[in-house]
Amino acid sequence: MIELMEPQTRAAQHLDAPPKIEVRDLDFFYGKSQALKNVALDVPSHAVTAIIGPSGCGKSTLLRTLNRIYEIYPDQRAEGEILIDGQDVLDRRFPLSDLRRRVGMVFQKPTPFATSIRNNVAFALSYYERLSKSEMAERVEDALRQAALWDEVKDKLGASALSLSGGQQQRLCIARTLAVKPDVILLDEPTSALDPISTARIEELIHELRDQFTIVIVTHNMQQAARVSQRTAFFHLGELIEVGDTAQIFTNPRVQRTQDYITGRYG
Amino acid sequence: MSLVLLRRRAVDVIAFLFASGATLFGLFWLFWILWTTFKRGLGAINVALFTQMTPPPGSAGGLLNAFYGSAVMILLAVVIGAPLGVAAGTYLAEHGRYSRLAKVVSFLNDVLLSAPSIVIGLFVYEIVVRTSGHFSGYAGAVALAMILLPIVVRTSDEALRLVPDQMREAAFALGIPRWRVTAQILYKAALTAILTGVLLGVARIAGETAPLLFTALNNQFWSGSLSGPLANVPVVIFQYAMSPYDEWHALAWAGALVLTLFVLGLNIAVRMIAKRTSK
Repeated sequence: MIELMEPQTRAAQHLDAPPKIEVRDLDFFYGKSQALKNVALDVPSHAVTAIIGPSGCGKSTLLRTLNRIYEIYPDQRAEGEILIDGQDVLDRRFPLSDLRRRVGMVFQKPTPFATSIRNNVAFALSYYERLSKSEMAERVEDALRQAALWDEVKDKLGASALSLSGGQQQRLCIARTLAVKPDVILLDEPTSALDPISTARIEELIHELRDQFTIVIVTHNMQQAARVSQRTAFFHLGELIEVGDTAQIFTNPRVQRTQDYITGRYG
Repeated sequence: MSLVLLRRRAVDVIAFLFASGATLFGLFWLFWILWTTFKRGLGAINVALFTQMTPPPGSAGGLLNAFYGSAVMILLAVVIGAPLGVAAGTYLAEHGRYSRLAKVVSFLNDVLLSAPSIVIGLFVYEIVVRTSGHFSGYAGAVALAMILLPIVVRTSDEALRLVPDQMREAAFALGIPRWRVTAQILYKAALTAILTGVLLGVARIAGETAPLLFTALNNQFWSGSLSGPLANVPVVIFQYAMSPYDEWHALAWAGALVLTLFVLGLNIAVRMIAKRTSK
């Protein structure tokens, strides 16, 4: 194995700051089967970290532990520590709604709620904050602008969210997440159900959001990981095989298995 | 053509004939019943049917008191049964989804769903009619509610389960507590399916006779009060059809037709609601 100089990346400045998320000794179980084994990973703030790996490698599972969404299902459990800004969020005493407000998530399939575009964005907001009508309208607009959807929907905020196209629905889901002002955004294969043009728009959006948020994206698409991320972590069979700057992982992986995966030998 | 192909085609033809024959057989009886109901009932439909009370033997009259009694009891049954049913369905689909208790409740609900309605009539007779000392519209409504309840439980349970888990995850991922997710997201997504369940339940209880025989009984006269015996369409049809009087027979047919049209209309309404939302 050859040691190589780490290539400079645009995000290198951020990578020196203390990590936003520190995963320590993380094990994850679906019933009796173990999906993550002793994972340790630092996620830098204000950068995009991509998680790649073949199907069933545990990459989505990792994402689902970061906001404890797995807790909906009684037979799933995580052991270890996940520190966000130094606090262990896996600790049962850590309040879920605080965690999920700080760590937003966008899923593989667009999941608009069966209500108006406005209400989709306002729904969580009205739970966390007491806002006047005009403040609410402002926040909804801000979120939709941030998600690059405002111009397309500003004249039909009362229309059903289900009337939007798939790509628009996904950006609405991003707006809904941004509305409550999270620090971290988890993206679980956010473009795998979208056409190439919608995918390009979401990727552009990820670029724009990078400066303000810590983004973790799970993707099947290695080109996408290379395009949008500054850090890349490669998982295989529930283990973190290699993590590094994206350019390094894709040009000079240190581990043979990473090399095999990115060159398409399996996956 | 090869032998295999010939054989497959023959099997195909036989299966097709068998399946369509079975369908026609079922439809034949249905249309016969509908045809007879229309033929005999249509002639007896007139203004008096909806404006006059059930007559004594040998004279003309209408079914106003029976229509009123049925409407009030069905309405009350929905008011009692639907919210309870939706709440129980919510427990089964959401809160208790993985619990053993929910499985037991779900099984018992299925038992109740297929319990003969006469048993429910007798049960309500024991707990309401005997304890209060008289037949009443309230007892009738309770009996109908008990028939409606398991239908609404089952359909709202299924309606909520049809809401994809991604929707729940997306809502929970925003940090919203469960009751709010259920009330504001899941009910909205499942609304038409739940409504469909309630309407189908109404269609079911509209024609129930046995439970009313033991509870609301019947009342030949106008009664606006639910605390006494109350006229209702199914029991009137039952009594009049069994009688030897021609006028009563005609009224029974007319009542049967109106009831059939009501249930038919409800079913069509359900279809239309389902169609509108699936678009």
